[in-house]
Amino acid sequence: MAQQNGMVEKRSSGLWLTHLGMIVGVAFIFFPIWLAFVASTVDQQAIVRPPMPLLPGDKFFENYARALTSGVNAPVGIMLVNSMVMALGIALGKIAISLLSAFAIVYFRFPGRHLFFWLIFLTLMLPVEVRIVPTYEVIANFGMLNSYSGLILPLIASATATFLFRQFFMTVPDELAEAARVDGAKPMRFFFDILLPMSRTNIAALFVILFIYGWNQYLWPLLITTDPSMNTIVMGIKQMFPSGDDTADWPVIMATSILAMIPPVLVVIGMQRLFVRGLVESEK
Amino acid sequence: MATVTLENLRKSYGNTEVIHGVDIDIADGEFIVIVGPSGCGKSTLLRMVAGLETVTSGDILIGGRNVNSVEPMDRDIAMVFQNYALYPHMSVFDNMAYGLKIAKVPKDEIAKRVANAAEILQLVPYLTRKPRELSGGQRQRVAMGRAIVRKPAVFLFDEPLSNLDAKLRVQMRLEIKALQRDLGVTSLYVTHDQVEAMTLADRMIVMNGGVADQIGKPLEVYADPATEFVAGFIGSPSTNFLDAGRLGRRVEGGAKVGIRPEHIRTVAQSETDYAGKVVYSEPLGAETLIHLKLLDGEDVTVRQEGALPIPSEGESCGLAWEAKDEMVFAKDGIRLRQ
Ligand SMILES: Nc1ncnc2c1ncn2[C@@H]1O[C@H](COP(=O)(O)OP(=O)(O)OP(=O)(O)O)[C@@H](O)[C@H]1O
Ligand SMILES: [Mg+2]
Repeated sequence: MAQQNGMVEKRSSGLWLTHLGMIVGVAFIFFPIWLAFVASTVDQQAIVRPPMPLLPGDKFFENYARALTSGVNAPVGIMLVNSMVMALGIALGKIAISLLSAFAIVYFRFPGRHLFFWLIFLTLMLPVEVRIVPTYEVIANFGMLNSYSGLILPLIASATATFLFRQFFMTVPDELAEAARVDGAKPMRFFFDILLPMSRTNIAALFVILFIYGWNQYLWPLLITTDPSMNTIVMGIKQMFPSGDDTADWPVIMATSILAMIPPVLVVIGMQRLFVRGLVESEK
Repeated sequence: MATVTLENLRKSYGNTEVIHGVDIDIADGEFIVIVGPSGCGKSTLLRMVAGLETVTSGDILIGGRNVNSVEPMDRDIAMVFQNYALYPHMSVFDNMAYGLKIAKVPKDEIAKRVANAAEILQLVPYLTRKPRELSGGQRQRVAMGRAIVRKPAVFLFDEPLSNLDAKLRVQMRLEIKALQRDLGVTSLYVTHDQVEAMTLADRMIVMNGGVADQIGKPLEVYADPATEFVAGFIGSPSTNFLDAGRLGRRVEGGAKVGIRPEHIRTVAQSETDYAGKVVYSEPLGAETLIHLKLLDGEDVTVRQEGALPIPSEGESCGLAWEAKDEMVFAKDGIRLRQ
């Protein structure tokens, strides 16, 4: 009995220690974000003159309104829209294309099936940065600089997502496809009626990951958007830093940073339930 | 409702032939069971009839129409799979209705047919559930329901009961039989369980290595097996095979004599030339199985009435049987008839 008590105590003190560790960890990660938020609610003088304030000031609405409507180079509102279009385009496009290619690779026997699969797989080893110069050349020749299609198309093919869907489709029992065939479903009908709903959680998980991937793109938008009205927000923040002797408008930059974080956070929270389910279980 | 005819049906995967020519005429409303050991080609045969495997050579006729190159959905068949193959994200109702929806059957007709099938299969309380919220037996019923609602000409079953426990298997077996009788739909049913085959079949096909060794009514097959394989496979405990030469029969070398366990009796050793030592006996109540080892090392099983005295282990017994119960098989397994 006594021993049991001891164990319980040990466990609960262990629990407290873990909690403490985690709280410290969270505080550590969260502190810079908090500082950014504070900086976005005070005026320029308060930031430049040490010590740095630790509590929010009273310029919240003023700073955010200024960021959204005028910003530094371009209004943050426009950049948010651009980023949203790009991230959604990349996430949805990647999912649609990889679903279809995985479907083709798993369910159809066509000549060169394995070759195509390995070609797709090979491109996993070539991230955007490696092929950025030839890609730029192609996009420029197509006249797609400073356009949404130029932002989205080069990033839309996804070996990773194709690979994941292929793995998932291969775990779907063959009998399901056969039952659908006996029921009279043509291949695309089987895809839309059965495969797609069964991949729901996988799609949600991938959507979150790919949305954030698209949202955080930096190098590519920086290269192909010269027109400030096509800037995305992540590169826009960097553009706001002054060159030379200009003073940085820190409150607006910080407000922009905070604004840039909101959509990904909303996507994660909104999709949390499906996302977690998609990562840990597959429904069969 | 329809007849099904297989004519010299063959199937090869690459260069290996796995079905070596099967012929059968199945009458309208007949229940045919395909039985055989694992890997003998039962599923392959059934899937060819379903249209899920291509035919290498030969013909399949359903209702007199050659369906060799007809898509499964246009063959007027319904299939029940071993693992049920229910659509996991659809409710029981939608699972059953899916085929009808694709066939563009009017909504109220679909509702009526599904309700009817659910009634027959006692699935009414579960219509809104997902398959994962059902027990194995209930899933099995849904798979049956999906086949019934389509009102097909032919039912195809591929080991539909093998994922159920023994008791449920017996119950579902009876239900399937009753259902098939009521609906009068021609059925092909694959199983490796000979009890299922014996109880369900109007006629059964005993498959052995891609060949239909024998086709016939269960009791006829049991009483009069055409090959050594059939004699050994159908019936439990299995037929005893004794070397024909050693029994003093005048036949070519390698021939065997088969005698069913219930046709052998134990007698006093002085009455007969054949004797063996009792290895062990299994009293099952109504009957007793006695396992013996003959002097030349062969194993023999005797099945006797439960009321008869049971010889003790290690005791020597004589064995006797009637000559008419002997089945003689040539070296290649074919039955030799006098
Ligand atoms: N796709 C395939 N390619 C090559 N050989 C195959 C293929 N499918 C089946 N076979 C072979 O065909 C033979 C018959 O297989 P089948 O599935 O019909 O056996 P079965 O009688 O249904 O066995 P079980 O009782 O185990 O289900 C087997 O020897 C198997 O190895
Ligand atoms: Mg099989």
